[in-house]
Amino acid sequence: MVKRDSKILLDPIFENNPIGVQVLGICSALAVTTKLETALVMSVALTAVTAFSNVSVSLIRNQIPPSIRIIVQLTIIASLVIVTDQILRAFVFDVAKQLSVFVGLIITNCIVMGRAEGFAMQNPPKESFIDGLGNGAGYSVVLLGVAAVRELFGSGSLFGFTLLTPVTQGGWYTPNGLMLLAPGAFFIIAMGIWALRTWKPHLVEAE
Amino acid sequence: MSHSNAYIVGFAAAVCVVCSIFVAGSAVALKDRQEANKVLDRQKNVLAVAGHLPEPATAQAVQTSFSQYIRPKVVDLETGAYVEDADVATFDQRERRDDPATSKAAPSGNPAKVQRLPDQGLVYQVVDGEQVEMLILPVEGKGLWSTLYGFLALAPDGTTIKGLTFYEHAETPGLGGEVDNPRWKALWVGRKALDDKGEPAIEVIKGAAGPAAEDPHRVDGLSGATLTARGVTHLMKFWLGDDGWGPYLDRVRGGGA
Repeated sequence: MVKRDSKILLDPIFENNPIGVQVLGICSALAVTTKLETALVMSVALTAVTAFSNVSVSLIRNQIPPSIRIIVQLTIIASLVIVTDQILRAFVFDVAKQLSVFVGLIITNCIVMGRAEGFAMQNPPKESFIDGLGNGAGYSVVLLGVAAVRELFGSGSLFGFTLLTPVTQGGWYTPNGLMLLAPGAFFIIAMGIWALRTWKPHLVEAE
Repeated sequence: MSHSNAYIVGFAAAVCVVCSIFVAGSAVALKDRQEANKVLDRQKNVLAVAGHLPEPATAQAVQTSFSQYIRPKVVDLETGAYVEDADVATFDQRERRDDPATSKAAPSGNPAKVQRLPDQGLVYQVVDGEQVEMLILPVEGKGLWSTLYGFLALAPDGTTIKGLTFYEHAETPGLGGEVDNPRWKALWVGRKALDDKGEPAIEVIKGAAGPAAEDPHRVDGLSGATLTARGVTHLMKFWLGDDGWGPYLDRVRGGGA
């Protein structure tokens, strides 16, 4: 049982990563990864929403009428997202301001809905919770990785702490503008997926 | 497993009720904290442009400095006169701008793309004792992606710029987002917002402008951010002009405000 739990938790990080393998949740991975700080808060918010929506859906999985199950899941997810947004605005106002609409857009993040429908509908609450955490962690690993590369090469800093002083502040480093634009994130994610598939060749689809 | 229609409707209703209680409960419970954050955020921004931001900027220190150095004043945009009986503590210019009862449509096709104008605005006097050291005027206008919201600080002569800061925008970090760069913001200090006839003259150019004393009406451009820079020029011209703070600044210069 313990072994199965840890498999549920760890699998989504590399073996079945939602972004790297399932290629879900790309939209927010592009939008909030210009800085590590926003990426971190977004990761925590998404992990919390996925974990709790999984638990809620799992608790009532035997009562949900199949004909309206998707809309019920969506209602639960939407409520959790609104509450998350309210909490962020109350406790980390500065970051909430920067994330603006993207917290609200967690509702449309395919990872949350995918896990509710694909896992929580068939599994008990505890496993569902762990699955939510695992998938959130898988998303977070990619998001933080992409954000680290983009912030370092795009602005010369990590977590707002300047490492490579850009020329605009009297230093030597000419920031790479591509890293700050959405296409930069595409390139980084694509290279990440390539690296993952080289490392674990069985993830490559048979031709 | 098949369910009756009554069960399905009942289930859907139950889910909705539970979710609404949950959402409404959290919104109500956290409202005070959120409002306090908003007020604190605005006070911080005003203090930052006034150069009186305490370090570290704790809630307590910010409130103390704000009440010591900042005197909020409500101004009638059309006449430029102070509205003495206004309740400054609850005055929210952005709320008034969006309320049709307290605002009007901005002149159509204005280059700053301002949609609505409030009838009254909130300015801040930076005071040292009784001496007014600075005037802080809110400005807003379209950049490339987003509306830029900022504060322009002027000397008591109503012309010399003491600072400019944008507290809310969503321009590209590293390009248009460089409006936040302290080195760029420092370039504004000492330049003249208006020309000798009192017309808005300040503009962001392409390339580099001279020192403030020789080239008082121009500011260096931001490389890779032509449209954001153009937006800043437009919004400055709009808010310094007759539709914005022009009448108020006329009074300030005439000593009548």
